[in-house]
Amino acid sequence: MSKNKERLLSLIALVVLAFAINFAEKNLDNYTLRILNLGAIYTTLGVSLNLIFGFTGQFSLGHAGFMAIGAYTTSLFIMPPMYKEMSFIIEPLIWPLSVIQLPFVVALLLGGVLAAVAAIIIGLPVLRLRGDYLGIATLGFAEIIRVVSNNIPQVTNGALGLKGIPGYSNLWWTVGFAVLTIFVIKRLIASSYGRALMAIRENEIAAEAMGVNLTYHKVMSFTVSAFFAGIGGGLLASLLTTIDPRAFMFVMTFNVLIVVVIGGLGSITGTVMAAFLFNFFLEYLRPLEQGFNIGPLAFPEIPGLRMVTFSLLLLIVIIFKQDGLLGEIEFTWKGFFSFFDRFRSAEGGKM
Amino acid sequence: MAILKTDNITMRFGGLTAVDNFFVELEPGEIVGLIGPNGAGKTTVYNMITGIYTPTENKIYFEDEDITGYKPDKIAKLGIARTFQNIRLLDNLTVLDNIMIGTHLHLKSSLFSAILRLPGYTKEEDELYEKSMELLKRVDLDEYTNDKAGSLPYGKQRKLEIARALATDPRLLLLDEPAAGMNPQESAELVGFIRHIRDEFDVTIFLIEHDMKVVMDICERILVLDYGKTIAEGLPKEIKNNPEVIKAYLGVDLANA
Ligand SMILES: Nc1ncnc2c1ncn2[C@@H]1O[C@H](COP(=O)(O)OP(=O)(O)OP(=O)(O)O)[C@@H](O)[C@H]1O
Ligand SMILES: [Mg+2]
Repeated sequence: MSKNKERLLSLIALVVLAFAINFAEKNLDNYTLRILNLGAIYTTLGVSLNLIFGFTGQFSLGHAGFMAIGAYTTSLFIMPPMYKEMSFIIEPLIWPLSVIQLPFVVALLLGGVLAAVAAIIIGLPVLRLRGDYLGIATLGFAEIIRVVSNNIPQVTNGALGLKGIPGYSNLWWTVGFAVLTIFVIKRLIASSYGRALMAIRENEIAAEAMGVNLTYHKVMSFTVSAFFAGIGGGLLASLLTTIDPRAFMFVMTFNVLIVVVIGGLGSITGTVMAAFLFNFFLEYLRPLEQGFNIGPLAFPEIPGLRMVTFSLLLLIVIIFKQDGLLGEIEFTWKGFFSFFDRFRSAEGGKM
Repeated sequence: MAILKTDNITMRFGGLTAVDNFFVELEPGEIVGLIGPNGAGKTTVYNMITGIYTPTENKIYFEDEDITGYKPDKIAKLGIARTFQNIRLLDNLTVLDNIMIGTHLHLKSSLFSAILRLPGYTKEEDELYEKSMELLKRVDLDEYTNDKAGSLPYGKQRKLEIARALATDPRLLLLDEPAAGMNPQESAELVGFIRHIRDEFDVTIFLIEHDMKVVMDICERILVLDYGKTIAEGLPKEIKNNPEVIKAYLGVDLANA
């Protein structure tokens, strides 16, 4: 299939997606919309984590930290000054944050940029570490961000967090940024730079001996990943309309990690599927925690049972199917049509 | 002018002197062998030349530039490429991708033009692709282009690793036991292949090898290491009859037996 034809198909798919979003925004109830929005935001978060973890092989557990930076930045820049004055009761918000108000998209991008800057600053020293040590160091970073956000009330309103964040996030924004994230990261992966990242994942010593500058490429991957994590954090803040430091505990990173591992390290298509499935199940398994009966057996109310279910699923994937739902299989138009061709010829055979 | 000069380099690991005052000068176009019993320090010499270790003492010059302490990727960019004793291919990537990674160091386009697929980048990427395909043909691996590197037969993996090193356009090629694990027929082919690349690709070759037939067949000059010290240096036939070398290899003094 020619490049042009594939491009045309992708364009058509985007138009169809736009119609679908339009339809969904007009006809679906808030509950379903919220799940879809979360799915889209988790796509942005998951695909960005997959870049550094799945494609570059660097075990980063700092996603929640970058999300926090993006979430606070976006929120502070989109909240109307009057609102900020009202909600900062411990200590007033410092000038000029107290008076600035920016358009949503500008605030989101700013959040992404700040997260990226943080990634460069901490990436330079910690990306020299390998494996478990890198995981621990990035986890420490995320924890520092959380503790700091708890302790600078003049910026973050401390433990009280921010309330009344304008709820601009809708499917246009969340799906739009998910598409942008996929587009950028797919292109990065399919470029010479992407090959260098995968070389680092496969064999660092060989990669370096072939002239791949390890520091540059690792920090680059980490920074791009953090940029989109920051944007994901901003989108999430505006979707939930309230954030506080507890929202960015390790469990936030863990959720994204579940999505990436279940979807398949190194598979963008898998991450997208897992991001939506995760949020659907998280919602529809809610009754699990409210107590239920199976025949004569009465199960009591167990809060957190859903996460236990997901953690078990994660264990099963890690033990039995390490490459996740899709392994390294990616959606391509060619694969799409050959699938239907096979289907059609099977049908034809029957008749 | 020597292409490479190691000026009496020494490498110590704690109390162990793995390489002791190693001196070599390679002239452009030479094929020089480095032999010695297990643990003699051969690989350590390569690791110093390619920047994996920095010599504890003294300096290394590549084309008169002091490269001591440079990082491996910088040394690769200057024109020294290598293979590894235990093959280090990117097993899960295709043969073509393995080669193309060797060409990445020549890429000039920025990350942004790569993501935006600006004309400058696409043109460069096309060139790297053409170059890699041509290289695969030249080394006769083109039938494996889209196979995973890890799935190739062992001998082909060794060959692919050499080809990947060639993709960086080196002027000096370091081969660490290229014949290891090969059957006699494969190693005979390898001898032809190494000569072929020296002539075709215009590289100087420095070669570690245990297979004496391979070493004697292709090396114009040989250095012998034992316990980190250079115990002999000379033409293949001189080395073959050198009592010190025979002693090092067999652990007994044949001359006095
Ligand atoms: N990183 C290191 N730390 C400590 N000792 C090392 C290190 N690298 C090598 N050595 C030691 O240095 C000595 C030389 O090792 P080297 O690998 O250079 O030998 P070699 O000649 O390549 O042997 P072989 O033929 O088995 O490959 C050995 O005693 C080895 O244990
Ligand atoms: Mg060795």
